Amino acid sequence: MEVNEVFDKVKNLFVDELGIEAEKVTMEAKLEEDLDIDSLGIVEVVMAFEDEFEIEIDDEELTDVGTVGQAVNLLHSKL
Amino acid sequence: MKTVLVTGGSRGIGKAIAKNLGLTCNVAVGYSTSKEQADEVVDAIQTAGGNATAVSIDVTDQNSVNQCFETVEDVYSSVDILINNAGITNDNIFPRLKQEDWDSVIDTNLTGSFRASQRAIKGMMKNKWGRIIFISSVAGISGNTGQSNYAASKAGLIGLAKTISKELGSRNITSNVIAPGYIETDMTSFLNDEKKEDIIEQLSIKRVGKPEDIANMVSFLCSDESEYITGQVFPVDGGLTT
Repeated sequence: MEVNEVFDKVKNLFVDELGIEAEKVTMEAKLEEDLDIDSLGIVEVVMAFEDEFEIEIDDEELTDVGTVGQAVNLLHSKL
Repeated sequence: MKTVLVTGGSRGIGKAIAKNLGLTCNVAVGYSTSKEQADEVVDAIQTAGGNATAVSIDVTDQNSVNQCFETVEDVYSSVDILINNAGITNDNIFPRLKQEDWDSVIDTNLTGSFRASQRAIKGMMKNKWGRIIFISSVAGISGNTGQSNYAASKAGLIGLAKTISKELGSRNITSNVIAPGYIETDMTSFLNDEKKEDIIEQLSIKRVGKPEDIANMVSFLCSDESEYITGQVFPVDGGLTT
């Protein structure tokens, strides 16, 4: 899967699962500051990623993920 | 219609809870060993006009818990309400309590509720709605001679329930504890009449509790009327702990 395809899926999850406005979801957007996702929201996103992409994400892998782009790259690297 | 899973739903308090919730919810009657009794509960709910199914669940085994949820989700699409009721006792006076009896009671009563609750929350977070009820015991509040393991497991449920209530309240998931006193079930059938009289003596309401007394409280906490109540412990004990 190409990076832009992963981004599209991620964007859909953010919009559908968390009700975030589509135009706010850019590669540069910061999860907490720009998208207002709290710690439980991050957990919801991760669980949605795990279901959508049929992968498992360890908590350690998330420590460097602060933006949508970093999440997309992590997912891309695991597929 | 909401769907509820009642662990340990084939006997005692769990049976009364399942039958009562059958009036308003789809009910998955969880059983570990008593399949026939679970089927009887299902029959009773269906005869009263409700929807129910019996489902095997061993709360000491995460795979069994996962399998149970998948089965219920296949039949009713989601588990909206979880009643953590499955529990065991292995009593002994503390200086003589064997670690295996400590471990088995903690594993079933406390860790079993952890396993089922964590699995249940996955769907509840997606649906942004959920109710989790833990059936604790007055032993978890006051302690009880010969039940250090049981009391510890039931006290542990209170900390678990309160924390879940804080973490997940923003997603419309409530988490509450009911602490039954002396309720007439198989679990308390070893008490002789003399001991029963002693117990009743300590109560404000002069009778031993019925499983239905607990079931009524559970039904209230599962209803829309209780949406602002979370992280609380409700003794239903005839006044034992006042």
